[in-house]
Amino acid sequence: MVILERSHLQQFLSAIQKRSYRIIGPTQRGTAIVLDEISSADDLPAGWGDEQRPASYRLRRNDDKRLFGHAAGPESWKKFLFPPSLDLFSGKRAGKSFEVISPQNGRNTGAADEKIVPLAFFGMRACDLQALRIHDAVFMNCAYPDPYYRSRRERLLIVAVTCSSAGGTCFCDSMGSGPAAGEGYDLALTEILRGDEHYFLVETGSPRGAEILKGVPVKAAGKAEEEEKNRLVQGVRKSMGRSLDTRGLREMLDLCFEDSQWDDVAKRCLACANCTMVCPTCFCSTVEDVTDLTGAQAERVRKWDSCFTQEFTYIHGGSVRPSIRSRYRQWLTHKLAHWVDQFGTSGCVGCGRCITWCPAGIDITEEAGVLRRHAALDPRYRKETEPHGKP
Amino acid sequence: MENLEGIIRDHQFLKGLDQNTISLVAGCAANVRFDPNQLLFREGEEANAFYIIRQGKIAVEVYGAERGPIIIDTLGEGDILGWSWLIPPFHWHFDARAVDLTRAIALDGRCLRTKCESDHNLGYELLKRFAQVMEDRLQATRIRLLDLYAVKS
Amino acid sequence: MLPQIYQVQRVIRETHDTFTLELLPSTRSHHFPFAPGQFNMLYIFGVGEVPISISGDPSKSKLLVHTTRAVGSVTNAMYRLKKGDTIGIRGPYGSSWPIGKAIGNDVVLVAGGIGLAPLRPAVYQLLSRREKFGKIVILYGTRTPADILYRRELEQWRSRFDLEVYITVDRAMSGWRGSVGVVTMLIPKAPFDPSTATALVCGPEIMMRYAVTELQKRGVKTGDIYVSLERNMKCGIGLCGHCQYGPVFICRDGAVFSYSDIKHLFPRREL
Repeated sequence: MVILERSHLQQFLSAIQKRSYRIIGPTQRGTAIVLDEISSADDLPAGWGDEQRPASYRLRRNDDKRLFGHAAGPESWKKFLFPPSLDLFSGKRAGKSFEVISPQNGRNTGAADEKIVPLAFFGMRACDLQALRIHDAVFMNCAYPDPYYRSRRERLLIVAVTCSSAGGTCFCDSMGSGPAAGEGYDLALTEILRGDEHYFLVETGSPRGAEILKGVPVKAAGKAEEEEKNRLVQGVRKSMGRSLDTRGLREMLDLCFEDSQWDDVAKRCLACANCTMVCPTCFCSTVEDVTDLTGAQAERVRKWDSCFTQEFTYIHGGSVRPSIRSRYRQWLTHKLAHWVDQFGTSGCVGCGRCITWCPAGIDITEEAGVLRRHAALDPRYRKETEPHGKP
Repeated sequence: MENLEGIIRDHQFLKGLDQNTISLVAGCAANVRFDPNQLLFREGEEANAFYIIRQGKIAVEVYGAERGPIIIDTLGEGDILGWSWLIPPFHWHFDARAVDLTRAIALDGRCLRTKCESDHNLGYELLKRFAQVMEDRLQATRIRLLDLYAVKS
Repeated sequence: MLPQIYQVQRVIRETHDTFTLELLPSTRSHHFPFAPGQFNMLYIFGVGEVPISISGDPSKSKLLVHTTRAVGSVTNAMYRLKKGDTIGIRGPYGSSWPIGKAIGNDVVLVAGGIGLAPLRPAVYQLLSRREKFGKIVILYGTRTPADILYRRELEQWRSRFDLEVYITVDRAMSGWRGSVGVVTMLIPKAPFDPSTATALVCGPEIMMRYAVTELQKRGVKTGDIYVSLERNMKCGIGLCGHCQYGPVFICRDGAVFSYSDIKHLFPRREL
């Protein structure tokens, strides 16, 4: 662990830029903190914080000049490796036949490897880092890895950041994903602001990260600093406003398949799909065909999709999940239970975005809590939901 | 010479009846045979029999003016044809025609109806069995009603 | 995942709305090994892509065969294809009928409507090693005699001494000398030994549900009953999320499932 003074942060960023990375970080834009390209430390949202509640997000000025005194914004980092729109290939008519052309130019394409500009995620929170690891399993650890994801992921530099305060809707502690960044980062920063002192504790997570620090003015940190970080993390952990009991969720949700709570949620849920858009782990997509007017050229484009849409399960003249009830149930059950069967971990990282950005203020932790209370009344519950180590 | 009583006693449909009842039923039974395309009965006619098919195939048909006869069910070996003899107004609701050479046991409905009226035990035993046949037929018909193989758009 | 270009060699009109495409690869000799029960994603230039089961002979892996119905924009475009036209193919994907596991058993195939198409490769494979299996029985139900698929082939199979074929229709004009009735009603009397039988079932989901009930009533073990499920698919490779059925992806963990693996999911509505 080393110490990087706030005044030297720009040098740190420059060190990254010098190595041809395009830095993506949090920046204030209008009434939200979004993730976009940043060119200097001045682009970071110094002094900005947020107030988040179910169905509510407001920026506010903090009492201090912390750079990372805010929580998750409406965007997650998934849009960079899993873009909302991606050209898969284009086809060109060639007589009676057609040619398949792999896309070569454009921003969101499977461009040839040499042309890819490597990205640096600067300020990635622990929950979002967990979400990235989850997406690694979804997009790479499978029979048909996504070439776009892989090529960008291999070149990605991750500078994680420890949260210094819990967001209004966060529950990473319950999901085991934070507040301190788990493995996978190249460098991890913990911001300390105390009186006149403002510095970052920097931990190295990889040779790539160590390489970046070369030439950046840092000084060694000791036990006291490590303790400081632990205290900070403990404090954040304790101040989290909500929790989700993850014990035996698979069995519990299986028992709850026909629970009345789904009808209750269905009265509130608008199936607007906000939650799936802001969620850092949701990965559903669709493919659309676009042709030019002459019909000589056609493109296949992959786009984000959501299980909340009416057409998502359309087959043979109807939808398998026509009701909002069944669609909300699908989303929650997939996120908290089926994901474990599919990828070995929970699909939820506790970032709280779905709670903040749901216009009806539906809270996944609350819904899970009600379902558990109902399940506890089922005689099969005791036996089937014995706590086991992981969710 | 075939022993009708023996055949009736061993048949799946009438299994479990006591000896007296078997004899009673056998008393109303006769072997019959239908040539290919032979009509067994026509819709609207008095229903005074039911058939236990031993061999062959019977088509249950509905006749429509523009469409001609439509086969809505076929029955084969072991199947029971006809329960209208048991339910007022005791008329056939469909046509029945032999598709192949068919051998069956015909049971005299009028005779059995009379016996059922006086022997309610016999009546109950027969109704129980016919209820099962009707349920199976209704189930099979309801599934076809769904028109599962039709194109939905 | 880019499609391979294939060329239409022959179009066979099976019924008024069902047709078979026989395809050969456009470029270099490209064998297409697949297992019975698997499917491809078929791409029509500018129109879209749909999942279609492969219905050809696995031992003739050069020719790619697909039977489908014209029901939507893509399949209607496919319906209009002629010899020489091209189509994009991705695959083969999905799980397969457990032919190997059925060795030594009687095999009963229950097909409803177009469900016969994904089962045909299984029949080919069973017949190619006929001596390894016990009785083989095909039960096939469809709407009317005019909707019977692969008619000539069924007649050939029926004329074999080592295969039983029972066909039934939902209704027929008088003159039809075959059976009329729902296909599930053929199960109670079909000539196979349920205690050593493997059942392969494919057709509309409702029909499969009732068929499974009849098979179980006869004593076929739940673990020996296999069904082929269908859901909306966009990618066919477990990435788009559309085909999820409870915790499984139909494109990746199915479409063929052992009934015992999904029996707790099958009765669930709006799953």
